[in-house]
Amino acid sequence: MTDTPRTDCELAIVGGGPAGLAAAALAAELGVETILFDEQPTPGGQIYRNIEANSRKLDALSDILGADYAKGLALVERFRSSGAAYEPLSSIWQVTAAGKLGVSQKGRAYLTRAGRIILATGAVERPFPVPGWTLPGVMGAGAAQTLMKASGVVPDRPTVIAGSGPLTYLVAFQLMKARAPLTGVIDTSRKGLLETGLTALPVLPGFAGDLLKGLSWMAALRRARIPVFSGRNVAAEGGSRVEAVTFEGRGKRRRLPASLLLLHEGVVPNNQITASLRCRHVWDAAQMAWRPWTDEWGVTSAELVAVAGDGAGISGARAAVHGGRLAALDAACRIGRISRAERDERARPERQHLQRDARFRAFLDNTYRPNEAVRRLANETIACRCEEVTAGDLRALVAEGFTDINQLKSFSRCGMGQCQGRMCGATVARILALSLETDMESVGYYRLRLPVKPLPVAQLAELGNAERDLRPSPLGADGDPSQRV
Amino acid sequence: MMATDAIVIGGGIHGCCTALHLALRGLRTILLEKNTVGRHASGVNAGGIRQLMRHKAEVPLSIAAMDAWERLDDLLGPELAKNCEFIGGVGQIGIAETEAEMEWCHTRAAEMRSLGHEFEEVIDAKELRRLIPAIADICRGGIISRRDGHANPFRTTQSFRLRAEQLGVRFMERTRVTGLEQGDRGWTVATESGVFRADILINCAGAWAWQVAEMIGEHLPKTHFASTLMVTSRMPHFIDPVVIGIDRVLSFKQTQAGTVVIGGGVLGDPDLNNETADTVADRMVVSAQTVCEFFPILRRATIVRSWAGLEALMPDVIPVIGPSQVAHNLWHAFGFSGHGFQLGPIVGSIIADLVATGESAIPIAELSPARFSTNDMLATTRIPDRKVSQEAGRE
Amino acid sequence: MFRRLRADDLTTTIYFDGRPLRCRPGDSIAAALLAAGVERFRTTPVSGTDRMPHCMIGNCFDCLVEIDGRADQQACLVPVREGSQVRSQLGTGKFDAV
Repeated sequence: MTDTPRTDCELAIVGGGPAGLAAAALAAELGVETILFDEQPTPGGQIYRNIEANSRKLDALSDILGADYAKGLALVERFRSSGAAYEPLSSIWQVTAAGKLGVSQKGRAYLTRAGRIILATGAVERPFPVPGWTLPGVMGAGAAQTLMKASGVVPDRPTVIAGSGPLTYLVAFQLMKARAPLTGVIDTSRKGLLETGLTALPVLPGFAGDLLKGLSWMAALRRARIPVFSGRNVAAEGGSRVEAVTFEGRGKRRRLPASLLLLHEGVVPNNQITASLRCRHVWDAAQMAWRPWTDEWGVTSAELVAVAGDGAGISGARAAVHGGRLAALDAACRIGRISRAERDERARPERQHLQRDARFRAFLDNTYRPNEAVRRLANETIACRCEEVTAGDLRALVAEGFTDINQLKSFSRCGMGQCQGRMCGATVARILALSLETDMESVGYYRLRLPVKPLPVAQLAELGNAERDLRPSPLGADGDPSQRV
Repeated sequence: MMATDAIVIGGGIHGCCTALHLALRGLRTILLEKNTVGRHASGVNAGGIRQLMRHKAEVPLSIAAMDAWERLDDLLGPELAKNCEFIGGVGQIGIAETEAEMEWCHTRAAEMRSLGHEFEEVIDAKELRRLIPAIADICRGGIISRRDGHANPFRTTQSFRLRAEQLGVRFMERTRVTGLEQGDRGWTVATESGVFRADILINCAGAWAWQVAEMIGEHLPKTHFASTLMVTSRMPHFIDPVVIGIDRVLSFKQTQAGTVVIGGGVLGDPDLNNETADTVADRMVVSAQTVCEFFPILRRATIVRSWAGLEALMPDVIPVIGPSQVAHNLWHAFGFSGHGFQLGPIVGSIIADLVATGESAIPIAELSPARFSTNDMLATTRIPDRKVSQEAGRE
Repeated sequence: MFRRLRADDLTTTIYFDGRPLRCRPGDSIAAALLAAGVERFRTTPVSGTDRMPHCMIGNCFDCLVEIDGRADQQACLVPVREGSQVRSQLGTGKFDAV
């Protein structure tokens, strides 16, 4: 972290997970003047969160986090020695199509002009609205894992995990190993991993290891006598805290006493920045999420801006590394450090890895696609956590004749709160699409503008290097303030 | 082909209000909106209800509009009126920081009195602080219109629409006008979703109104702009009046939700073709500085969103209201230059009067499109300067 | 609701609503509060109900607290600093004069 912020660079990378680290390391190695901005205090992203500190000590936590996690260290070390500048604890509140980043760091804001930008903002857990999900004691399963990685903090009160996707079982397995009081796992996926995995095994020969890993987590839970239910319509119950988790399983409503409910329904691209850039986006029906359209190098419809890693469409940590390198190669080529021929040559092995991974991803997408039946939103379910707008409120507005997601926002205040629509955007769009019997493409998304992260007024007021001449120069003389022409 | 008495082009506040008043006079009316009602300036402005510091040509309209705001129940019925979230009587205040601004306040108030208007009143630092305890010491006083206030622009526009619909107006959203023709049987309006016919045509198309005029060969100023607003997260309630700048870039109010809406004419980057606009952080700095200086509590506030609405801008910063210069049975009401929201409830009734009688009880001669028939005014399609945008952004 | 796997290295002290909490350097304020048993980080300005962090990665804004007199701070993104004064954010939070 520098004391005087650098206000220009050839390449700015946003996000310090696998894609960002791989991109920054390679770009810097190729001689591109690179700055990596990250919101976190240390490199690794969420997948390798706090990897450096956790690698220094071999103890119970290392065992819980496992070998896949430990692999992240090499990525971080290569980044550290690459010569790329590193700006941790930096919130990016704007990215313009002209390459201007708004950065907030250590209580002050400044602008950095970048020749090119790679967004490696990764994924976020898909918001999983269920009745009671705003109660203290309802978190994402990924949130619990973050707590474990970042601080070695684990649940010590009765905990239930509900949802679908590989992370559901991984977190359950990790919490079991951490001796957290796990009272049950509610699997909301349509079919079990065993069933779909075994049928897919012949076409996915290279991924038997991954499949076995998933199955081994499930087996370990069974051995530990942690009940695994197949269920739907999960809800958190309680007055001011979670007291129990209810769900429908085998045709009846069941109830598990719990203090903590960990929800997970897969992850989705974190595309707040590309949305604010008005980049072209594509609705990915298999992943049930928007992703920015990109060319084969990750370049978006905003020419100076590329996206790499899960932010470009969920593809996992391994693929993110290769995607990051492709974006870095293209940036280095456009900046003039390598020729097109060299770019294409170096890209070949990365693409081979990506193609291989894509097959497994398609399998995961199919297995863990959110189950529409599970995702039925009760009217009382809060869609917008910030402004506390329920699914029923929104349906009533649609019934009154509103047909546009931004109208719903203007009228109900959904999406107007501090999270800037991150937690409700997809849910509101889905409610609208289902009510109008149309598709997500027709419904679109909230119009987003800067700041893409909330920005203190005082920091904007003191924005050191703003370009004042952007304001058209005054043409007329000062006159009567009521009759200015 | 669908035939009707009147067609209104544009679903902003003035289009909705015009349709409503035409329906009140018994005309079968269709409103054509290329997007959705209240999509642009009408839905996303700062919601100021201001008589204060208006151009003299607008003052009679503004006073009549204020009466209408205070009697929204009569026009909309109690439920829709309540939906507008109109809060009157909190006042709008032009803040004077310098001696020169204070002097300007005295001159302005005297001039308004000489025209018979008593509603603009100079206040000293003590009264200013009584009205706004959170104001910084650097403010010396200002000029106030005590009847003024604010409303929720999106909800208001929707209320006008719903009332118009109750009266039988047909709203066609996502229906873009592609061609206009006037013949023996009146106007033929071609759209993306069919052809409409009507005797009477009203152009309330805002930033796109000049394009509508061009379709019949009438040349009107083409300038448009995007005025930026930024809004904070919810704050504890600390201010009732709406505050505007005199020489400073400022427009400032706290909403019922507790958020603070900050504007004042900071320009966004309009994108007329894509029908949107981007905000520009560099230009918003001045606004942030001003509010921090005037309201120290804002130094602790957080900006959550910003946006910019597209709006027509006339070279003389006052609207066009009146009959077309080239065709009969066509009236224009647009070009409100960023401060038309308060005039919302009255413009439609003026247009309805013009349609029915050819005359308006409220003087509108200065607002006639005729002022652009000589070319020098029309040629002024320059980008607005700071002062213009400041005036334009006061709503 | 939570416990620490590693009880060593608790060398930093922060204060939550006046109460001293021992935590590890490198903890986020949210992790430190959760490990210390805090369940109410804030109450909402809309209904006044209690909230606790939901996402832990800066996305949900339910971990908002006041840190050293500043409201609207994301506890999951701010590292602990010796002596930090943290308050739960009630409603809109307090906006102390500067």
